[in-house]
Amino acid sequence: MIGEFGHFALALALALALAQTVLPILGAARGEARLMAAAGPLAVGHLLAVGAAFLALITAFVVNDTSVISVVQNSHSAKPLLYKVAGAWGNHEGSMLLWVMILALCGGAVAAFGRRLPSGLRARALGVLGLVAVGFLVFILATSNPFGRVWPPAPDGQGLNPVLQDPGLAFHPPMLYLGYVGYAVTFAFAVAALIEGRVDAAWGRWVRPWALGSWCFLTLGITLGSYWAYYELGWGGYWFWDPVENASLLPWLAGTALLHSAIVVEKREALKVWSVLLALLAFGFSLLGTFLVRSGVLNSVHAFANDPARGIFILGLLLFYVGGSFALFAWRAPAMAPTGMFAPLSREGGLVLNNLLLCSMAAVVLSGTLWPMFADLLFQQKISVGPPFFNTAILPLAVPLILAMATGPLLPWKRARLWPVLQRLWWAALIAAAGVAVMLAFSGWRVGPAFGIGGGLWLVCGAAADIADRTGLFRRPAAAWARALGLPRAAWGGALAHAGLGVSVLGIAGMGLATDRLAAVRPGQSLSLAGYEWRLDKVGDVVGPNWSARRATVTVLRDGAVVTVLTPERRFFPVGRTTTTEAAIHTTLFSDLYAVMGEEQDGAAVLRLHYNPLAPWIWFGGGIMALGGALSLTDRRIRVAAPAPRAAAKAAA
Amino acid sequence: MPMTSRRMLMLAPLGLAAAGGVGFYAMLRGLGTGGYDPHGVPSVLVGRTPPEFSLPPLAPSGLPPLASADLQNLEGPVLVNFWASWCVPCVVEHPQLMQLKRQGVPIYGINYKDKPEAAMEFLTRHGNPFDRLGRDEPGRVAIDWGVYGVPETYFIDRKGVIRWRWAGPITPEVLEQDVRALLRHYA
Amino acid sequence: MRRLLLALALLAAWVPLALAVSSPSEMLPDPAQEQRAREIGRQLRCLVCQNESIEDSNADLARDLRHIVRERVAAGDSDAAVIDYVHARYGDFVLLRPPFNLLTAALWGMPVLALGGGLVAILLLRRRGAAPEPVPLSPEEQARLAALEKDAAQ
Repeated sequence: MIGEFGHFALALALALALAQTVLPILGAARGEARLMAAAGPLAVGHLLAVGAAFLALITAFVVNDTSVISVVQNSHSAKPLLYKVAGAWGNHEGSMLLWVMILALCGGAVAAFGRRLPSGLRARALGVLGLVAVGFLVFILATSNPFGRVWPPAPDGQGLNPVLQDPGLAFHPPMLYLGYVGYAVTFAFAVAALIEGRVDAAWGRWVRPWALGSWCFLTLGITLGSYWAYYELGWGGYWFWDPVENASLLPWLAGTALLHSAIVVEKREALKVWSVLLALLAFGFSLLGTFLVRSGVLNSVHAFANDPARGIFILGLLLFYVGGSFALFAWRAPAMAPTGMFAPLSREGGLVLNNLLLCSMAAVVLSGTLWPMFADLLFQQKISVGPPFFNTAILPLAVPLILAMATGPLLPWKRARLWPVLQRLWWAALIAAAGVAVMLAFSGWRVGPAFGIGGGLWLVCGAAADIADRTGLFRRPAAAWARALGLPRAAWGGALAHAGLGVSVLGIAGMGLATDRLAAVRPGQSLSLAGYEWRLDKVGDVVGPNWSARRATVTVLRDGAVVTVLTPERRFFPVGRTTTTEAAIHTTLFSDLYAVMGEEQDGAAVLRLHYNPLAPWIWFGGGIMALGGALSLTDRRIRVAAPAPRAAAKAAA
Repeated sequence: MPMTSRRMLMLAPLGLAAAGGVGFYAMLRGLGTGGYDPHGVPSVLVGRTPPEFSLPPLAPSGLPPLASADLQNLEGPVLVNFWASWCVPCVVEHPQLMQLKRQGVPIYGINYKDKPEAAMEFLTRHGNPFDRLGRDEPGRVAIDWGVYGVPETYFIDRKGVIRWRWAGPITPEVLEQDVRALLRHYA
Repeated sequence: MRRLLLALALLAAWVPLALAVSSPSEMLPDPAQEQRAREIGRQLRCLVCQNESIEDSNADLARDLRHIVRERVAAGDSDAAVIDYVHARYGDFVLLRPPFNLLTAALWGMPVLALGGGLVAILLLRRRGAAPEPVPLSPEEQARLAALEKDAAQ
């Protein structure tokens, strides 16, 4: 019953999405206000229908309805509730439903918050969102129905891959999808602008909050995914340059570039055509990621089980949306006249440099991800492109980006001189240089981590210098507090996001100095690592809801005082007959103490202990970046929600 | 910059996307036909002679052992098959190996990371297709050959040069399409 | 069918992602050599586990290759010699850092190509963009502007 209801709701959603595509775009073309006005209600109806289907799938998982194939294949009655819910999207079909669910949410959000948009732009944007939804709903209904039935019902499900039975699955995919499906909105605005043939400052202002919102979610999603890998995989790795990770990094890079170029569109009416292209690219990269993960053309640890028929379908969708929008771009963009001149050395110039570097990084990541596939296809040569390549190739782009990130926000618009800006940054440079020197001395000339620390300090201090400059902290300290309160939240948000990246860079540099130790230990014996004494107290049995485990109790001491007790486990899942290792992590402000338990032999247990200095800062920094974005967003919302006199005047004219 | 080159620049994204699309389509087609396989690793040995090795026999089988000297100056092409009793796809391919043996094609086996009793039991139950059999319990010879999983099969011509490597089971299709053609060509 | 069976074969060799607490007996007694062996292992791709280095994988073959790397390091081989040893058996696929050759020249050159290409495009577009100077206002327009500004000021 639940299955049929969900299936029906999906079909209804398709009908509503079709109407949402056709009526408003037709209305905008003919200037019929009533057709255009239908866009909002249709988007809301579409959201309700997809939402009903989504809830139906969750319900089927929660009640363990074993007449639904997806439940049989991915769930089990003995699973904790959280993983029953999250298990709904821990597979291809369910995750596609989550995808269209978030797309429908975006449509609903544009309908709800976009009331002040010019009616033509709003109608067209909602129509484009509807068109995207149509493609993916057809894809789900035709090839990946999450409500497929099996009769008679199986006695119980086969269980979810134990690696996925983790809170990470509950939060990482929804965040990530909110991020990259969110770029569908900026994509829709860009296509609408191309159809209208007009991009102006107002367009920049409307697009920015959506670009910013998606960016916040994508930043959080990537951060969560990285942290998940860090604690789940059990050896402290946090970024692998895997094709699927790269697929989430590409929209992030393009989206970050868009975020910055849209500022130039809004303030100076320049970079308009470029920003439209970035908006198309950001969503194009999201779709490319969807294709790569689900089609089976690549080799990845994260890829879904795949099927070439689905691959062809998604490729069709990819070509239709990306190819179609690029064709529209090639047709309409040349007519958009470039305006807004500026000197190379100016805030605009800095933002152009930002875009150039971010897009070059995207080019490196994209070619590193796709070239092995194309080399195989075109030349029958099998090559691998892994972390050693990416780390080497990204570095020459990351260094100037980090240098420019502190400098750019201090540059005035239109025309700037470098010397006054550098004068305001001298103390940041001094601190960064001191950081490098100290680290070199104490880490035994480990150049990479030392310069990483310097870069991180430079970013954090640069952001502080930006705020100090805006509040006049050094010029008129007495008035600084009042000015700080008066600063727009976007200024705080931007500085915070830049500082957040600095914190992440510090964490990454710290991880370069990580140490570890592997040994077989008997209860009562100790190991020493990084100034701590790690004592194995005992190894015992524990039983969980759907697993049993061997758990080691490791007491960590420093100078005889107990710091923490770590309990790493080896879990055995009888359903699926697999073993996972559960790392135990104690996070202090400045490091992670990380313990993993291995096999036991003759009364001794293998322990792998890691001391990861500054590791938590990697994800903490990601959180700060997202927070900075969110802070700017609150500022935007106030401004967008306020009656925009310029926009109103333009619409009237 | 003239208007036309600006127009060209704006066509570039479309061109790149189209090229990518054609490539992806070819990959998906290749996935179906076997022309494109993201998982396979080609052998560097094809066109070369096998590495030097000498393996002990599987004593209870009574088969002669295998060394690289046995793969020189052959009377006709031979197959070298890496297998193990614990390997499920090896069971799948076994009937094809037996069929080749009946037709007089010499197959030299290398028993990979296996216990002698288990290997013997496997041969007793499923039949013995091998003319020679070496035991590679540590798996080092397999690494010298660039083996990355079992079963793997190498085709060696009468001069002792490796002409073909198949990673995965010799299915009836592989037997008919690939092995037969090789046997005809290098007969 | 042929593909399906190959997939089956791969599945049999597939190990779950949860990793590798490798055994202490694998390690070299000399920490400096062990450190070198790890750095080398991180550059070598595990062949059966899709996208991990042999240091990160629990697969049997990865363990064997780790063992070989340590054996060669202990025997006094240079880093390059150890990598060559594995490369000679498994080909380019095993190298996570692709070798620089005709096939990978564009890949390795991508940072420079992308930056350079972007700069050239910006310069070309700037030169073109600089061409149309804004037309100065005609006297009538100037008068109208002055009138509008006067209105706005009131």
